[in-house]
Amino acid sequence: MSSEAVHADRAHPSYVRIYLALLVLLAISLLGPMFGHPIVTLVTAFGIAIVKATMVAAYFMHLNIEERYVWYILFVMLGFVLVMFAGIAPDVMLPAGQNWLHLPITPPAPPVHH
Amino acid sequence: MSMPAPAHGAAVAHAPESFWSRYVFSTDHKVIGLQYMFTGMAMALIGGFMAYVFRMQLAFPGQSVPLYGLVTAREYNALITNHGSIMIFWVSMPVLIAGLGNFLIPLMIGCDDMVFPRLNRLSYQIFFVSVVIILISLVVPGGGFGGAWTAYPPLSASAHYNHTPWGAPLWLLAVALEFVAFLLGGINFTVTVMNARAPGMTAMRIPIVVWMIVIASLVFMGSVGPLIAGAVMLFLDQTVGTQFFDPKAGGDPLLWQHLFWFFGHPEVYVVLLPATGVVAEVLTVFARKKLFAYKTILGTAIATGIISFFVWAHHQFVAGIDPRMAHLFTITTLLISIPVAEMLFAFIATLYGGSIEFATPMLWALAFIAEFLIGGVTGIFLGANATDIYLHDTYFVVAHFHYTFFPIAIIGTFAAITYWFPKMFGRRMSETLGKIHFWGTVIPFNLIFIPLFLTGVAGQHRRIYSYENFPQLSTPWLNHLAVIATVALIVMLAFQVVFLVNFFWSMRHGEEVGANPWNANTLEWAAPSPPPHGNFVTMPAVYRGPYEYGVPDRDLDYWPQHVPNQEELPRA
Amino acid sequence: MSHAADVRAHVPIATGRSATGIPTARLAVWWVLASEIVIFGGLIGSYVMLRLHHPHWAEEASHTNTVAGAFNTFVLLTSSLAAVLAHQAAEARNGPRAARFLGLTILGGLVFLMVKSFEWSNEIAHGFTIFRDVFWSYYYVTCGLHGLHVIVGMVIMGIVAADARRGRNLHRVELIGIYWHFVDAVWIFLFPLFYIAK
Ligand code: HEM
Repeated sequence: MSSEAVHADRAHPSYVRIYLALLVLLAISLLGPMFGHPIVTLVTAFGIAIVKATMVAAYFMHLNIEERYVWYILFVMLGFVLVMFAGIAPDVMLPAGQNWLHLPITPPAPPVHH
Repeated sequence: MSMPAPAHGAAVAHAPESFWSRYVFSTDHKVIGLQYMFTGMAMALIGGFMAYVFRMQLAFPGQSVPLYGLVTAREYNALITNHGSIMIFWVSMPVLIAGLGNFLIPLMIGCDDMVFPRLNRLSYQIFFVSVVIILISLVVPGGGFGGAWTAYPPLSASAHYNHTPWGAPLWLLAVALEFVAFLLGGINFTVTVMNARAPGMTAMRIPIVVWMIVIASLVFMGSVGPLIAGAVMLFLDQTVGTQFFDPKAGGDPLLWQHLFWFFGHPEVYVVLLPATGVVAEVLTVFARKKLFAYKTILGTAIATGIISFFVWAHHQFVAGIDPRMAHLFTITTLLISIPVAEMLFAFIATLYGGSIEFATPMLWALAFIAEFLIGGVTGIFLGANATDIYLHDTYFVVAHFHYTFFPIAIIGTFAAITYWFPKMFGRRMSETLGKIHFWGTVIPFNLIFIPLFLTGVAGQHRRIYSYENFPQLSTPWLNHLAVIATVALIVMLAFQVVFLVNFFWSMRHGEEVGANPWNANTLEWAAPSPPPHGNFVTMPAVYRGPYEYGVPDRDLDYWPQHVPNQEELPRA
Repeated sequence: MSHAADVRAHVPIATGRSATGIPTARLAVWWVLASEIVIFGGLIGSYVMLRLHHPHWAEEASHTNTVAGAFNTFVLLTSSLAAVLAHQAAEARNGPRAARFLGLTILGGLVFLMVKSFEWSNEIAHGFTIFRDVFWSYYYVTCGLHGLHVIVGMVIMGIVAADARRGRNLHRVELIGIYWHFVDAVWIFLFPLFYIAK
């Protein structure tokens, strides 16, 4: 992701080659689960998704030759998503245990009429 | 509401335009800004009327309210819900961000329009549709949505619980459309300020209010996404019958609370920042003194914007969230008061040693600082999880956030309108009427909400239709306070008539003014009043920062941004 | 600084300025994508935490059609290639060629949607409706939101392509391309989330 090429006359890389690389990565992500090992699947599924998305962003969206701070803008937004996840996940993922008490409902007393 | 024809040389020659193309379908940023502003102010009247109705019900429970009639419990809920939603989404946002942003940004950074004028118009049109929908939602069968502006499921998720089969989805749709409108507007603002600045308008020469509006737009953009996703889910829960937020089916109601407040809390800073920007502009002009610590103020605004993403769960301390997270959110909440306090200190330091003129805009700006301080200080109690567990959802909270929102949405807006009115319409508002209106608004405001602090501490809960059902909470003393608050509200609403008279009368008959009636520096005052389509007679360039007031060795005590340096040489 | 002779009515001077060095329209597209990131991020984030919370969702997920998903990934990647080649052609000021590549991209979108509707009708027919479980609610809503983006992209691309064919507004070819690659990138994450992780 070097930015040396900023404002160079946009020498286009070979898009077909990048495309082929993406297809190879796709194939690997499909083969991953066949090892039957959850960690391997995790890496081949999501690790490769990150690599693929970065490649698409860098070469197809031309972020590699765009001003640097566009990356930062997008990453800050991703950062907000992570903050959201970190703040919410403890409640949504682990509601069992210390945060909730399962109390039987006591119906309110009937209203007293004078 | 006619806008006076440009009296000075217009920058762009124009064929006569019809009323429609000039005021309704215009792409001119100033017209769109005023559209937002007028719509927002009309909605403020509606929101204020709702406050009147439900306050009357609280002060005189079960009695027919003049101009409205009997308030049922269901109507009460719908009234407070839509009061809150309207005041935030259809008053604060359009007036402070969209209205001021549209009107001011191109003028203040020295260009002729927004970079995407048609997108701008589209944004207003979407906003307008959302206004129509929220108003329709009040009168559909079943009545308006009554599940509070926070719309917590399961109550909001199913007509089975909330009994508003039409009101709830329409409310949600209106809010979602409003989000879309402000996303489009925010992108337009941001790109305009990034790209379309006048030559010489470097980042550190941009007026604070423009910075504030841009930071607010970005905070909005960063926080609203998850809630848009959440709104889609909630809408499907309401209309199709999915169970995203239904714990019985594996959904999670707490998720909505989080998604809502992940947006909802940054949102309060979204409306706060533009208001503080307005205050900064007004303070320097009427103190005739350079803004104290421009860069610090900017830094505090950015810090506030960022920290505002880390505090949201302080609204949920009693919602059963993880207690360890609650501690974290307490700490971040206390932290965010630091930059905000710093900003207020910088404002006060700006006043120190200035030659202060108590014109109406200045009064509003000073009132903002004083009243917002009360809001901020009471917020500390609510941000600390231990005290909040007692105070949560009491009138203490209501009083606290009105001490923040009212300065923002009402006081800040009046500061802006009285200050920029000459630019908008080429005429001055009446100072006398302005001051009557000022005191007639600010004094009753305190009389409304100080009693509510007390009823809150005494244990009165918010969103309660009638305290007659709670004998311990309807003691004579508490009822007294409720009556005081309500009477003060009626007085305050009555004084708004003074403003309306002043506004519309001055629009046509006020004293005509030149381009720069306040002797201010920023670029909008270099354009004719009101600015023609295209804004400037000659496009300005910028030579210095926006706050060069009282510069030593200068005859004039101000030094407009667009005046080249050599101008002063021949004076000697 | 501005092209004062611009005859097209009402193009403000502002639009032609570029203090940052990024053309205004492209800068706006980046901000659009920035706001999209949080929208999809919110949806996907919510899904992930519920998914981790509910072990039985893995069982539900095993009913999605991995082959169809993989094929759709392939289709979108291919359409992205066409979009970037269109951009290359537009930069060479070859409008008709750019339009042809954009046509291929639209075709890709069409195939994607067809596969998707095949998948969905199959799943619905087997009882995996949006109501079956919150997992399926997320599946339909997330893919549906993504599909909506595909449709919107295709429509805009059609307009841009029609313009490009006559050599007009060629800079828009790049812009719609950027958007399309983003939609592609979102799918790159949806694919493992809904089709691989079982
Ligand atoms: C005109 C003067 C105003 C008065 C007298 C007033 C009064 C009130 C009262 C008494 C409540 C609580 C009702 C209840 O819980 O039963 C309330 C709720 C609320 N108000 Fe106001 N208000 C005013 C202006 C504003 C403004 C300017 C804003 C914001 C910009 C605002 C935002 C809200 C919100 C967000 C709620 C919460 C609604 C809910 O519980 O869902 N209000 N108002």
